[in-house]
Amino acid sequence: MIETLFPNVDWEKAWEKTVETLYMTGISLVWIFIIGIILGLLLFLTSEGNLWQNKFINWIISAVVNIFRSIPFVILIVLLIPFTRVLVGTMIGMEAALPALIIGSAPFYARMVEIGLREIDKGVIEAAKAMGAKTSTIIFKVLLPESMPAIISGITVTAIALVGYTAIAGVIGAGGLGDYAYLDGFSRNQNDVTLFATLLILIIVFIIQFIGDIITKKIDKR
Amino acid sequence: MINVQNITKVFTTKSGPLTAVNHVNFTIDEGEIFGIIGYSGAGKSTLIRMFNGLETPTEGSLTIADKDITNIRGKELRLARREIGMIFQHFNLLWSRTVRGNISFPLEIAGVPKALREKRVENLIKLVGLEGREDAYPSQLSGGQKQRVGIARALANNPKVLLCDEATSALDPQTTDAILDLLVDINRKLGLTIILITHEMHVIRKICHRVAVMDSGKIVEIAPVLDIFRHPKEEITKRFIGQVTEPEETKETIDHLLEKYPDGKIAKLSFIGDVAEQAIITRLIRELPVTVNILQGKVSQTRNGAYGTLFIHIEGNPSDIEAAIDFLNKNQVGVEVVQND
Ligand SMILES: Nc1ncnc2c1ncn2[C@@H]1O[C@H](COP(=O)(O)OP(=O)(O)O)[C@@H](O)[C@H]1O
Ligand SMILES: [Mg+2]
Repeated sequence: MIETLFPNVDWEKAWEKTVETLYMTGISLVWIFIIGIILGLLLFLTSEGNLWQNKFINWIISAVVNIFRSIPFVILIVLLIPFTRVLVGTMIGMEAALPALIIGSAPFYARMVEIGLREIDKGVIEAAKAMGAKTSTIIFKVLLPESMPAIISGITVTAIALVGYTAIAGVIGAGGLGDYAYLDGFSRNQNDVTLFATLLILIIVFIIQFIGDIITKKIDKR
Repeated sequence: MINVQNITKVFTTKSGPLTAVNHVNFTIDEGEIFGIIGYSGAGKSTLIRMFNGLETPTEGSLTIADKDITNIRGKELRLARREIGMIFQHFNLLWSRTVRGNISFPLEIAGVPKALREKRVENLIKLVGLEGREDAYPSQLSGGQKQRVGIARALANNPKVLLCDEATSALDPQTTDAILDLLVDINRKLGLTIILITHEMHVIRKICHRVAVMDSGKIVEIAPVLDIFRHPKEEITKRFIGQVTEPEETKETIDHLLEKYPDGKIAKLSFIGDVAEQAIITRLIRELPVTVNILQGKVSQTRNGAYGTLFIHIEGNPSDIEAAIDFLNKNQVGVEVVQND
């Protein structure tokens, strides 16, 4: 039945490409999560009226975040070619896509983390201070847990955008489902392959959204 | 135990400097419940926040148990803060933690080992009467229960002082009374010094030993609560006392009566303790040819004794009314004639 709908799909290859997409998304997501939270915290803490209030540092981070958030992904990949060469040693393959994926998405995620942190009631931070908490305690026991729903829903949105970015990166030679849809589907005029790759991407997106929603709902006790 | 000397806080705002607290002086004894009352914007929060270094004064000093809170920083300040509990109008609980988790938080900050922490949390839950709600999240609690968690949390590290910033202002009257009773209970059981700020005289009347009245950054009057009720000096103090002694409808009733009986006089009597006011009124009627109508009466219980007010209408010829007022004055009753105007 499925074979008749998608006569040109090579199942083994489709699976391989799916794993590649998941791999690129997964690895970059881990980095984005870490970098995004650090940048988001810095943006929040250095903003006016907060623990590390510092106009200058806040302005710098803000500027960097805004610049990288505004560069279209395809252009970012090209811009990062020299950097990627030095870092990864190659311009083809999954590893080569990672720097662009991470640098392209981490600033976006950092802003979402910052927004989540800003929603925390100032009074709660003050209560922790009044109890004699150090800044690190406030970060790990107040700021992060209290903004966890925003942190999780933010990483869900980012992961979904990232799946799309891996497809773009795939077209340029990074592998994954984008590469499959483009090379095996579009270039060889096999529309069923393109369609099947699209279906797989949709399924991945739905699963990410589903898991994200479940976790957000479970941890949100507000 | 606490010595506030010449404390001043000036904020720099866009529209220039703003003096929120203006050269304030007072002392608080160990085990005392000290109230600060004032309208919104009087500078109460700013003042109380200087007790635990959430705000640094522009001038002056504040010592708690001989330690000057105002010029310590960093680790020393954090350690000092563990000995000063604080509760808030909006409770400021962590929504992501259960009752147990919230009470445990200050113990984690102080580095108390887990086993000890758990035991302490159980005790605190009993102390504030939250048995059975240990695993609830703040969003599942009523306002009163949330404040009980706030109190338990503030007491976790055995502080010497408890600061209460409008701790009952978000609660309904019944819950307010229950929380105030809990504070008195803790004050007795633990010998804790409590400093509370409020805009409700009811709170002061019910639990404070002494009160300071704050207006535009200054302390305008300070005295034991019963004394404030007996001899308020400032107009603002009288208004606060009115919150307790004159129910809202009193003024209307009096205006109405002033219109209805233009010749008589309306007097507000105040008496201390359990003076048998009825007996005095009875004697008054017997000894002088006047008619007395009782309009409204109220006895307010304070920590240092009862304070009563009674509004009466006296009818008769002018000289007899004067004699009646003299009679009341002689009998240790405060008399204030409410003017026809
Ligand atoms: N951080 C601040 N910066 C500038 N002005 C402030 C700040 N905190 C309080 N104020 C001002 O100080 C005055 C006293 O405020 P506050 O202490 O909160 O009064 P209260 O608690 O009695 O209502 C108000 O006019 C308020 O606007
Ligand atoms: Mg206030």
